[in-house]
Amino acid sequence: MSEARTPKIVMEGVRKVFRGHDGRETIALNGVDLTIYENEFVCVVGPSGCGKTTLLNIIAGLENATDGQITLNGEKIIGPGNDRGVIFQQYALFPWRTVRGNIEFGLQYLRKREDRVEKDPKTGEERVRTVYRRYTKEEKHALSDKYMKMVDLTDFAGSYPKELSGGMKQRVAIARGYAISPQVLLMDEPFGALDAQTRAQLQEDLLRTWEQEKRTCFFITHDVEEAVLLASRVVIMSARPGRVKEIVPIDLPYPRNQATKLLPEFNAYKNRIWENVYQEYLEVKK
Amino acid sequence: MSIIPGRETPPAPKARKLKDFGEGSGTVRTATMVLSLLGGILVWWFLSLLPGVGSILAGPQDIIRRALPELLNDGATGEFEAYLLIKHIYWSFRRVLGGWAIAFLCAIPTAFLMGWYRTFRNIVDPWIQFFRTIPPIALIPMVILLMGTGEKAKITVIFITSFLVMTVTVYQGVRNIDMTLVKAAYTFGASDLSIFAQVVIPYSFPFILTAARLGVSTALTTLIAAEMTGTFYGLGSMIQTAQIYFRMDKVLLGIICIGAIGFVLDRLLLLAEKRFTRWK
Ligand SMILES: Nc1ncnc2c1ncn2[C@@H]1O[C@H](COP(=O)(O)OP(=O)(O)OP(=O)(O)O)[C@@H](O)[C@H]1O
Ligand SMILES: [Mg+2]
Repeated sequence: MSEARTPKIVMEGVRKVFRGHDGRETIALNGVDLTIYENEFVCVVGPSGCGKTTLLNIIAGLENATDGQITLNGEKIIGPGNDRGVIFQQYALFPWRTVRGNIEFGLQYLRKREDRVEKDPKTGEERVRTVYRRYTKEEKHALSDKYMKMVDLTDFAGSYPKELSGGMKQRVAIARGYAISPQVLLMDEPFGALDAQTRAQLQEDLLRTWEQEKRTCFFITHDVEEAVLLASRVVIMSARPGRVKEIVPIDLPYPRNQATKLLPEFNAYKNRIWENVYQEYLEVKK
Repeated sequence: MSIIPGRETPPAPKARKLKDFGEGSGTVRTATMVLSLLGGILVWWFLSLLPGVGSILAGPQDIIRRALPELLNDGATGEFEAYLLIKHIYWSFRRVLGGWAIAFLCAIPTAFLMGWYRTFRNIVDPWIQFFRTIPPIALIPMVILLMGTGEKAKITVIFITSFLVMTVTVYQGVRNIDMTLVKAAYTFGASDLSIFAQVVIPYSFPFILTAARLGVSTALTTLIAAEMTGTFYGLGSMIQTAQIYFRMDKVLLGIICIGAIGFVLDRLLLLAEKRFTRWK
């Protein structure tokens, strides 16, 4: 990871001020400087209300920074796009679509590159023409099958979100985000509502997916252990107004799995980050 | 037995069952509704038999003995026009359905445009709020001046009232939209048009159906006013004429017909609602 890293997302002095309904100003982010490198797995931890979701929304293009610069591949982020997949803290499933329909939602906006060999009608010469076409129904189906299997929801393909438990909804949201294979995956506490077993399983799935098809991940969590398990770097944010307090590189070898938690270094990282976050938590209490 | 004051254990709270908030069995529901209707008719019948009340209030027996034979004969005697009631119902139904359908088709795009474009909303909203408070009868002189006294005038009156009610209702739905869903669609790369078709419309579908039902009932309530623009055929004018001749049996029959039309249309829309909003 250390050799020649290309910056993917660069934030410089990002500030965000919210104006509440009563005109009171809340400074959610106060000068965040952070560079996320290509194919890196960044986990963000910090006390509740410190601006993690706000930061994610700004990267996603769903919120504008009040001040500061933010770029993706060197270009200024001005709005949302499907180069960045978002898994929302509150699921955001479409209630009128079934599990399969939700997972396939993003696929309708994707284009598939296809090289077609064509004969020029005049000269008879063969040429290769590149076209970008929509996914066919069968292709969408195959993809949704794959991701439903990943989150163990194959039996619920035809169910509506209201018929699912909280954890199941979250799994649909995860599958929907993965399905479009974005360059950057932005995840807001995706495993927060899950039971310990599913959470462990999805952590491993996420690690496996990431190790196989490298992409940039920005992952918010409350769970320090989860952060250490997944991340190549853990970003600790300070209490509101949020800033980057410390960045801890996690030099544990990939591939990782639940057994990684047994390594002595794992605990050392965990305790160190936990202590740091706890201090910020005490700040909030004061 | 020494009891320290204030230390007695309070009696254990009585266990109670959670109230059943379900719909209950279908047969029970239908049976109750039918019994309620029959009970109502029975009360009405008894009231009409009371000496003091009966002279004013016609009973169901008057409708069967007098109003119906007059309005539903085949015209053989030449005394009454043939099948008059059917004609009244036909014309009123046509007007209600026509005015409502045009209003429905106009209300949906208006409401969506209002929800989506701030400028359009700011231009249209004050007018809608202004016209909404005007009773339909007050509109009649204007409508007659502009549209004459033909079918167009009647359909216009019904159109105006049900259009306003439906626009406001659908607009509420569009305004109510869960912004996280719109944002989620944006992050998948959806265009404005696509968000409209894939998120805004499905989300407001329940509101559209509620609006349609409200629109039907408004159209029916406006019927009498609409038929005040002058007509012979129509349940509204039938009621007005019957009032002049103090034929309470005909007045009540007209009321029953309007109510029945409303009931049937409402049930049909309710079926559509059940069918299309199963995800709710
Ligand atoms: N739309 C908004 N209007 C006003 N204030 C807001 C808005 N959204 C967020 N805030 C404020 O910004 C701060 C940061 O919110 P944010 O949701 O980013 O926190 P968070 O770190 O994600 O918290 P949690 O871990 O609980 O999800 C909070 O203090 C919140 O009150
Ligand atoms: Mg949050």
